Amino acid sequence: MDTYQLTVNGQQRSVTVDPGTPLLWVLREELKMTGTKYGCGVAACGACTVHVAGVATRSCIVPVSLIGDRPIVTIEAIGDDRVGKAVQDAWVAHDVVQCGYCQSGQIMSAVALLKDNSKPSDHNIEESMGGNLCRCGTYPRIREAIKAAAQQLK
Amino acid sequence: MIRSRAARLPVIVSVLAILAVWLAASPHSSGQTAQRTVASDDSRENGLAAWDQVYSVLTHPRCINCHTATSYPQQGDDRHRHFANVVRGPDGHGVPGLNCATCHQEANANSTGVPGSHNWHLAPLSMAWQDRNDRPLSSAQLCRVLTDRSKNHDMDGPALLKHHAEDKLVGWAWEPGRDITGAQRTLPPLSRPEFAEATRQWVEAGTPCPSGR
Repeated sequence: MDTYQLTVNGQQRSVTVDPGTPLLWVLREELKMTGTKYGCGVAACGACTVHVAGVATRSCIVPVSLIGDRPIVTIEAIGDDRVGKAVQDAWVAHDVVQCGYCQSGQIMSAVALLKDNSKPSDHNIEESMGGNLCRCGTYPRIREAIKAAAQQLK
Repeated sequence: MIRSRAARLPVIVSVLAILAVWLAASPHSSGQTAQRTVASDDSRENGLAAWDQVYSVLTHPRCINCHTATSYPQQGDDRHRHFANVVRGPDGHGVPGLNCATCHQEANANSTGVPGSHNWHLAPLSMAWQDRNDRPLSSAQLCRVLTDRSKNHDMDGPALLKHHAEDKLVGWAWEPGRDITGAQRTLPPLSRPEFAEATRQWVEAGTPCPSGR
């Protein structure tokens, strides 16, 4: 067991865990931040996506020992960000969510896309969101919500 | 007049003698040319033998999986398409929301089976070592691509040697970590020092490429 000092949503947090522990389980089990979801555990579905130093990151496969001093942002705080707020508002306005399990990961990826590309094409959206799976098939509404958020951010 | 010609004779003889010695020592003499040709042939043969060794490494999955000619990387010893809809992106680092760094960190994550190294990314399309059907290029084709400075970031022989011997991401191929089952990933057929030495021999021979297609 080692102790790690993490910056999560702007706050310093200390955790003592095995170095190989995935960030997801540090967030959920140690810090009790359960907005980030466990889906597949092998980075195949995107439900566990958080931002590490601004990069959308699959927290289920990144050991806490490799985080270093990079800041972490989770779904709990993404609404504090201008782009994050626009995406969440668009999600509500377009009634994107069905069961909702994958949606925190979907939103984190969508925010990463819009921070890099303020006017994504359908192709851009398909490529960037292609690693986020939704068993409810909300993809058309996700696409529309991303476009609406981009429009709102102009 | 006669005395004058007689006086010139030793000078002429001396000049001819010097010329003869110079010709004998000259690389244009037939004996020397033959020797040089043999030496040149030997050097090319040695260089091509070294290239065969280099080629065996470049076409190993640890190397060629990221030198694709397609819009996606490959993975595994069977070189299948990278899972999770991962794409190349405009600069070989994926796309926003699904970058290489979305999963691949600065080091291998052996507890979760995800490989990692500094600046994980795909080689540019100009450095593709496969065709668009994911088949490795032939030895001659790959050699020509590798030595084409319009395609290889303007690397000459010494720069290629440095890349093979010192680049950190290239070096990952010999420290690839464990996969998701906990099994050690396979290694290229040469050790990295052997690979660097084969590259050095190939470079010193003038980076010869096999003829043919």
